[in-house]
Amino acid sequence: MQYQSPASIDEAVAALASIGGACVLAGGTDLLVQLRSGTASRAAVIDVKNIAALRAIAETADGFRIGAAVCGADITEHAALVAAWPGVAEAAGLIGSTQIQGRASLGGNVCNASPAADTTPALIAARAVAEIVGPNGKRSIPVEQIATGPGKTSLASGEIVVSFLLPTRPARSADAYLRLIPRTEMDIAVAGAGVNLTLGEDGTIADARVAIGAVAPTALVLDAAPGILVGTKLDEATLATLAEAAGAAARPIDDKRGTIDYRRKVVGVLAKRAALIAYGRAKGAR
Amino acid sequence: MTYEPKNLRVVGTRPIRHDGADKVTGRANYASDFTLPGMLWGRVLRSPHAHTRVISINTDKARALPGVKAVITGADLTLPPPGITQAGESAINTQHLAKNLLARDKVFYDGHPVAAVAAISEAIAQQALGLIEVVYEVLPHVIDVDEAMRDDAPLLHDDLFTEGVEPKPEKPSNIAKRIFVGKGDIAKGFAEADIVIERSFTTKAVHQGYIEPQGVVANYAEDGQAMVWCSSQGQFLIRDLCITMLGMEASSLKVIPAEIGGGFGGKTTVYLEPLALMLSKAAGRPVKLTMTRGEVLRATGPHSGSSMTAKIGAMKDGTITTAEVVIKFQAGAFPGSPVGAAVMFCSAPYDIPNLSITGYDVVVNIPKIHAYRAPGAPNGAFAFETVLDELARELKMDPIDFRAKNSAVEGSKSPYGPTHGPIGGIECLSSAKNHPHYKANLGPNQGRGVASGFWINIGGQSAATVVVNRDGTISLVEGCPDIGGTRASLAMMCAEVLGIVAEKVRPSIVDTTAIAFNDVTGGSRVTFATGIAVVQATEDAVRQMRERAAKMWDIEVDQVGWRDGAAQELNGNRSLTISQIAQKAAKTGGQIMGHASINAHGAGPSLTTHLCDVEVDRETGKITILRYTTFQDAGKAVHPSYVEGQMQGGAAQGIGWALNEEYIHDAQGRLENAGFLDYRMPVASDLPMIDAVIIEVPNPNHPFGVRGVGEAPIVPPLAAIANAIYDATGVRMRDLPFSPPKVLAALEAAGKAKANG
Repeated sequence: MQYQSPASIDEAVAALASIGGACVLAGGTDLLVQLRSGTASRAAVIDVKNIAALRAIAETADGFRIGAAVCGADITEHAALVAAWPGVAEAAGLIGSTQIQGRASLGGNVCNASPAADTTPALIAARAVAEIVGPNGKRSIPVEQIATGPGKTSLASGEIVVSFLLPTRPARSADAYLRLIPRTEMDIAVAGAGVNLTLGEDGTIADARVAIGAVAPTALVLDAAPGILVGTKLDEATLATLAEAAGAAARPIDDKRGTIDYRRKVVGVLAKRAALIAYGRAKGAR
Repeated sequence: MTYEPKNLRVVGTRPIRHDGADKVTGRANYASDFTLPGMLWGRVLRSPHAHTRVISINTDKARALPGVKAVITGADLTLPPPGITQAGESAINTQHLAKNLLARDKVFYDGHPVAAVAAISEAIAQQALGLIEVVYEVLPHVIDVDEAMRDDAPLLHDDLFTEGVEPKPEKPSNIAKRIFVGKGDIAKGFAEADIVIERSFTTKAVHQGYIEPQGVVANYAEDGQAMVWCSSQGQFLIRDLCITMLGMEASSLKVIPAEIGGGFGGKTTVYLEPLALMLSKAAGRPVKLTMTRGEVLRATGPHSGSSMTAKIGAMKDGTITTAEVVIKFQAGAFPGSPVGAAVMFCSAPYDIPNLSITGYDVVVNIPKIHAYRAPGAPNGAFAFETVLDELARELKMDPIDFRAKNSAVEGSKSPYGPTHGPIGGIECLSSAKNHPHYKANLGPNQGRGVASGFWINIGGQSAATVVVNRDGTISLVEGCPDIGGTRASLAMMCAEVLGIVAEKVRPSIVDTTAIAFNDVTGGSRVTFATGIAVVQATEDAVRQMRERAAKMWDIEVDQVGWRDGAAQELNGNRSLTISQIAQKAAKTGGQIMGHASINAHGAGPSLTTHLCDVEVDRETGKITILRYTTFQDAGKAVHPSYVEGQMQGGAAQGIGWALNEEYIHDAQGRLENAGFLDYRMPVASDLPMIDAVIIEVPNPNHPFGVRGVGEAPIVPPLAAIANAIYDATGVRMRDLPFSPPKVLAALEAAGKAKANG
């Protein structure tokens, strides 16, 4: 197996495109486990951690740009990013454990394409855009278009996600992410929900986006959410409707981590609770 | 030796453990840290099926792979003569062991070894496994204990006839044994009872979960002399099992104990060691074999899943009149579950006049069950202590008062026969009742549970040597691997007898050629039994030093006493320190070395009571442990920090067992969660600080009053948590584990039942 550590995006793209069966290594917390256990074998790994642009968090006129190789700990320790996108930050802060968050990258979490990836629903709810570079140049797609199924992405051969752009947003906006695991850390979501809200001056929800995870082959946008939430102040009936809609939208499986019935119920509970947290944050926000 | 109250200066203090620096700095050498020049790497081929006939194994292609130096299968392991090797609390059937080490005509579980390879690299060894052609004939399998007992269940062994039933069955079955403990007249007992409650319970197979996987390096030389480096709970057991498997003499195999990264009973047998010796013998080179976590979970001793029914009757005043319990245990691939302990000890905290407790040992298609911390007792206590909680509520009695009213005390006859000496059951209960935890307020969806537990503890054979060095320091030589702080506790008892500080005593755990046979580290026996050997060996050294002092002073030895690390002239004021005596040893009769080799009896049982507060998330079913306090009789805590550590560790393991741990099999009987991601042991952030309250009711059979403490703390948590969940929600959980989906389903079922009136 070859190992390359390019210093620029162009070099990384060239290496990926030229070696058949090569893959991107960032934190390695998924990939190395797969390689060691024999569930994956690769001709080459292209380590992108030494590309400065992939390790940077920048506040720009377009919003926060987070390099794809930025690790969870860098996100949760970035005060301005945490203040603007508390839900995205808390999703990054839930992956693995403290030690793992020192390695695990945002790009890796999304591109490993696990249906249970914690940052993916939070990024989707945040309307995050993935910026991709490949042999044919640059393109940008919404995060929900990256994963196409468990372990599968829409990335073409030689393409690398280089960053995520979290858009600028109006006042009185906030997000939240919650997941259910049987333990408190070192675990994989049985269900997860990200909620992103913007409130009007009187506290009425003006804009809402909800995404759910670990309840379908990919994270799902809850299309019904804006219709349920916008125009309300999150009364009990609204929350119940939201929970029901999340459970209905879910397409979960029975497995060792949970049953279909359990996942449908819990994803609704999480959507409801995440909505309450996001609402509380948005009310307190500038 | 008997207990006498003494003024203690070392025992009961908290010095830094002798092995502490090595362990916190990573210098300690565990099994996998060892390598030898020219060493080969071994790998084991394991069955992917739960139950099959092995039609053929062709190793030709694997042998032909460049770099492969040896390949072995069951055909290479001669079946040893029938026999039993005692391994602490387990008895190991040597023929079953051989069949477990390498499958012969049948495979009994997913992960059962069928062949092993040694090669010049791990990668080549792994590649060679893929070249071994095994033809299996897959058979129907059975894993659930109740299903395995049915007449139409797939039969594992066609030569297995149930023991313990009259007349002897004519047909073979999966029921290896029926055992029974009883006294009095249960019909009379139930007639006297005002309330009778009968409930059924199930538990899943769980694993010991030691962090260090099994590992070994073996070197079998051309002259028939062999050495083994491995991590185990007893180097002598490893030696004896290996020589039995390979037909060797005891003096031909030296087993060198590595540091051990957890065992919990699971390292009181062999899985890899005989294979590594066979591969080394065949290849003529040293061989290293280590397990992955997946192999540990798929192929090393889990603890029995069980199915139990407990029926207990009590009078209105709270007197328990009778108990009838049936306990069925998974034995795994071969007979020999610890169901006997569940039968003997489930009611043992109490003095109940009429008892009928029946156990069944049932073979099923999972790995051969092996010892796990208080083997069997937690299952029995889960059933018994949950029914007691229901009875206390029906009687409107405080659950602690109810237990105290029925507690076994000194003079009570135990369910398993002997009459109890002093035991600390009442003391644990009253300490719990008076603890601030028991009076603390609870919030909404929070509840508190109480449960007690009993573990018998064992004594056994131990040896110790006390070598007096010229500078007055002591080399303490012992033969029991340290899994719970016993280097410290043994060195402290030695120091106490000598009248010196613990730091001046350096304990060493030596190989099988450097000390007499020792039983395994198991049964919570080392601080008790090896402790007695250490005290006797130290007293032997003191006697010799008094004799040397008498010689140096030219007086009679009875005129020489011993105090504060020195010989003292009784009718005068002369004294000689240890180093002063040791420096003259060459002239007074040679070097000074105390020794003792004993078979200790009279290990006092340890009783314990746990208090547990939980919060139940009614919408997700997730349980949070809010507060946990353990109360346990240690007899005498030699090093209180390590007694507390045992109490906390046992509680933590029990909490994991209660909340999430379980073996999950797919429809083909393959283990689906062979890793720590989905075999969910608790992580540190899952647990609150576990408070440990040490009770000291001295054991009369130990010079400092010691009782074993390592096992009892895993006995109560299953029931304590079940009882706390009931207190929080009004819902009884009787099927382990209490994982979120199961708790939510139980809460919803109870809600529907209530709505339907």
